[in-house]
Amino acid sequence: MELVNPGFGLIFWMIVSFGIVLIILGKYAWRPILNSLRERERSIDEALLSADKAREEMKELKANNEKLLEQAREEQDKILKNARETSDKIIEDSRNKANEEANRILETAREQIKNERQAAMSELKKQIASISIEIAEKILIKELQSPENQKKHIEELVEKIKIN
Amino acid sequence: MIKGGQVHRQIVFILLLVFTFGTTLGSGQHNQSDKKHQSGQSSEHKEEGFDPGEMIIDHIIDSHEWHIATIGETHITLPLPVILYHNGEFQFFWSSKFHHGHSSYKGYRIYDQEGPLKGKIVYEKPNGTLEKPLDLSITKNVLAIWISIILLLLVFGSIAKRYKRDPYRAPKGLQSLLEPLIVFMRDEVAKPAIGEHKHQKFMPFILSLFFFIFFNNLLGLIPIFPGGANVTGNIAVTGVLALFTLFTTLFSGNKHYWKDIFNTPSVPWWLKIPVPLMPIIETVGIFTKPFVLMVRLYANITAGHIVVLGFMSIIFIFSNMEPAYGFGASIVSVAFAIFVTLIELLVAFIQAYVFALLSALYIGMATAEGH
Repeated sequence: MELVNPGFGLIFWMIVSFGIVLIILGKYAWRPILNSLRERERSIDEALLSADKAREEMKELKANNEKLLEQAREEQDKILKNARETSDKIIEDSRNKANEEANRILETAREQIKNERQAAMSELKKQIASISIEIAEKILIKELQSPENQKKHIEELVEKIKIN
Repeated sequence: MIKGGQVHRQIVFILLLVFTFGTTLGSGQHNQSDKKHQSGQSSEHKEEGFDPGEMIIDHIIDSHEWHIATIGETHITLPLPVILYHNGEFQFFWSSKFHHGHSSYKGYRIYDQEGPLKGKIVYEKPNGTLEKPLDLSITKNVLAIWISIILLLLVFGSIAKRYKRDPYRAPKGLQSLLEPLIVFMRDEVAKPAIGEHKHQKFMPFILSLFFFIFFNNLLGLIPIFPGGANVTGNIAVTGVLALFTLFTTLFSGNKHYWKDIFNTPSVPWWLKIPVPLMPIIETVGIFTKPFVLMVRLYANITAGHIVVLGFMSIIFIFSNMEPAYGFGASIVSVAFAIFVTLIELLVAFIQAYVFALLSALYIGMATAEGH
């Protein structure tokens, strides 16, 4: 019987005590605890979301980088190819030019040599002619010193003419 | 979890029946005049016979003093203040003035005869008639409630400080022990029962209920001071808790809730007019819900204590026959008492959870918007 016979004092003190507990715990424990729990959950949620976003961005950035790298590689290849072509062309050109120049110089030299030779030949001819004349003169002079020789010579000449 | 609790509750109920029957038998056999001696300790009862019923009841009811131990013939008790309001004036004195219920003080004494007044403080007028003063004493249970409240404030005050200081850090220590419970009560109890938006307003109440009951259940399992008081197994305490739930429900009830009670929809009209059968049933329902809350918690906790104390009594019953039997029985009894105490640990949580869950459901019903 005592078990289900509550004392008034206990009921009174229980109401007072539990009421005070509700107020104090509500104000100084549950509110900050629940608020910061909510706050923490929110921040964790946000952090996860932003991590996801960052990962996405990272992926995009990586893809971009890859693309850029690919482009750069292509560019490099193109530049290298161009450079090779240009250098080949330059070498080819300069070789051609050098050949041409060399040919031209050779040609000129050959021309000059020919000219020189001709000039030298004509000079030589002239000299030979004058030397011959001189020699002939000297011979003639020696030959024709005696009057019989002169006469003989003239006769020879006449003889020749007669034949003609 | 609820299903397990129900099964367990049935077992406990059967045991409770057995032991209640046992205790009434025991009380019946007992000679009334011997009962002046108010102590459950067996050592001194060896000569006059051991009464398990009286011992068990002594251990689970409220008391004006806190009995800690008895060594030989000396009782080590904590005297508690007695506060009486009688004939327009207050009386304050220590309960030690009663000398463990053996003597009266200023005409006041603890009534020790069978009946509704048993255990209460009465005033005996010179002509022999009894008066019952208004008893506002700080009894064993009041002190136990205060101890549990101090514990609650210390524990939750300290973790609240940490929550305030760095809310974004992971919990640690005591905080990580209690945070799962708080989050569980919020996500598994309050949110589904009351709703995503409205639960916040009632969270402090539900959490306070849960932890108050849980702490007191656990403290009640500790056999020595400062635990050991049967707070949540006291019908006054559970009644006040249920009363708080009742008033919270009544004050938070919206128009829809009251309409459901006084003009229940989807019920044939002849159940409402001319005899307002449904409104009467629904109105009674408002009060049966907290009543059931009160009885469930009280019965579960008290039953657990009775079972443990019953196993302890077996040792003394057997040793009264022959000390050797007592030793033999103690092995079995202690094993069973440990087993029941372990179940009680589970019950301590389940009952606190069920009380909070049902309170949340009642509040949810009162605040629901339409169907």
